[in-house]
Amino acid sequence: MGLFTELKDSISRATDRLFSEQEPKRIGIYGPPNAGKTTLANRIARDWTGDAIGTESHIPHETRRARRKENVEIERNGKTVTIDIVDTPGVTTKVDYEEFTDEMSKDDAVRRSREATEGVAEAMHWLREDVDGVIYVLDSAEDPITQVNTMLIGIIESRDLPVLIFANKIDLDESSVKRIAEAFPQHETVPLSAKEGENMDEVYDNIAEYFG
Amino acid sequence: MMPEATEKETPDGVQIDLISGQRMDELASMEKIRMILDGVHAGNIVILEEGLTPDEESKLIEVTMAEISPDEFNGIEIETYPRSASKDSSLLGRLMGNDGPPAKLTVIGPANQIETLHKDETLISALVSRN
Repeated sequence: MGLFTELKDSISRATDRLFSEQEPKRIGIYGPPNAGKTTLANRIARDWTGDAIGTESHIPHETRRARRKENVEIERNGKTVTIDIVDTPGVTTKVDYEEFTDEMSKDDAVRRSREATEGVAEAMHWLREDVDGVIYVLDSAEDPITQVNTMLIGIIESRDLPVLIFANKIDLDESSVKRIAEAFPQHETVPLSAKEGENMDEVYDNIAEYFG
Repeated sequence: MMPEATEKETPDGVQIDLISGQRMDELASMEKIRMILDGVHAGNIVILEEGLTPDEESKLIEVTMAEISPDEFNGIEIETYPRSASKDSSLLGRLMGNDGPPAKLTVIGPANQIETLHKDETLISALVSRN
């Protein structure tokens, strides 16, 4: 009996160690440009670590490199879930530097578009190789049925990655969470405003449940 | 030797290449992507009878991004019809470990020439400029 108890304790300790030493899951924040991915990444990082991840901007393609915030510990119902947050550049199939020339010089616009294209390629690479789960962020004031969204959700599903859809910008008058939920009924849709910090409790409950 | 899908560009028209599923089946993933992008670079509209797998779509985006060049190539417009719901939920197909070919009609063209690419439930409509 003593031997059995000892063996049981030993297995239990080994299991605990195995799980405690498990690498935190890398959760990629994906979506089209200007959906509010960096605003969300910053909100999560500030809420749980005190630091921001990147610069936010109304000009598309502000995030042109994937950025990782490691060991973000989210506490829910007495349990702690540790994840790495990867903020990725917005995915698109086209980039035209003339889109930026109202806001900056031609040289800067060309540089921005070149960096943006590299960033999109990098985001796709992370998706194929390096993330364990995806938060897909959409601007709820925009039509969610676009080819990029359909393709990316298809790519994520084909890799069997757990995915949560975040209907962001619910503070805007034109916001429609229903439109997003109906476009992707196979996935959980969570409404929020990353900018205003609305509905973040439900956001963290879902992150802990899906990626914990 | 099979004929090239992208033939000589006519000076005042838009070439449309309709590529059969059979032809695509004979190609490796990167060959498919190369064929599509070579066509799009030449200003053609490429229509795939059976589309690409999600992995190939991911690589198409990545390679497209690498080839974007200011004032020369802005990227692509793309629209597809997904597989029918009945095919997606084929229990037998899933049990057999075979989801079958993607079988989705896909229209791809150069972003700077496709002025609008609109899709509704039964129609993809492209408005293409000649230059």
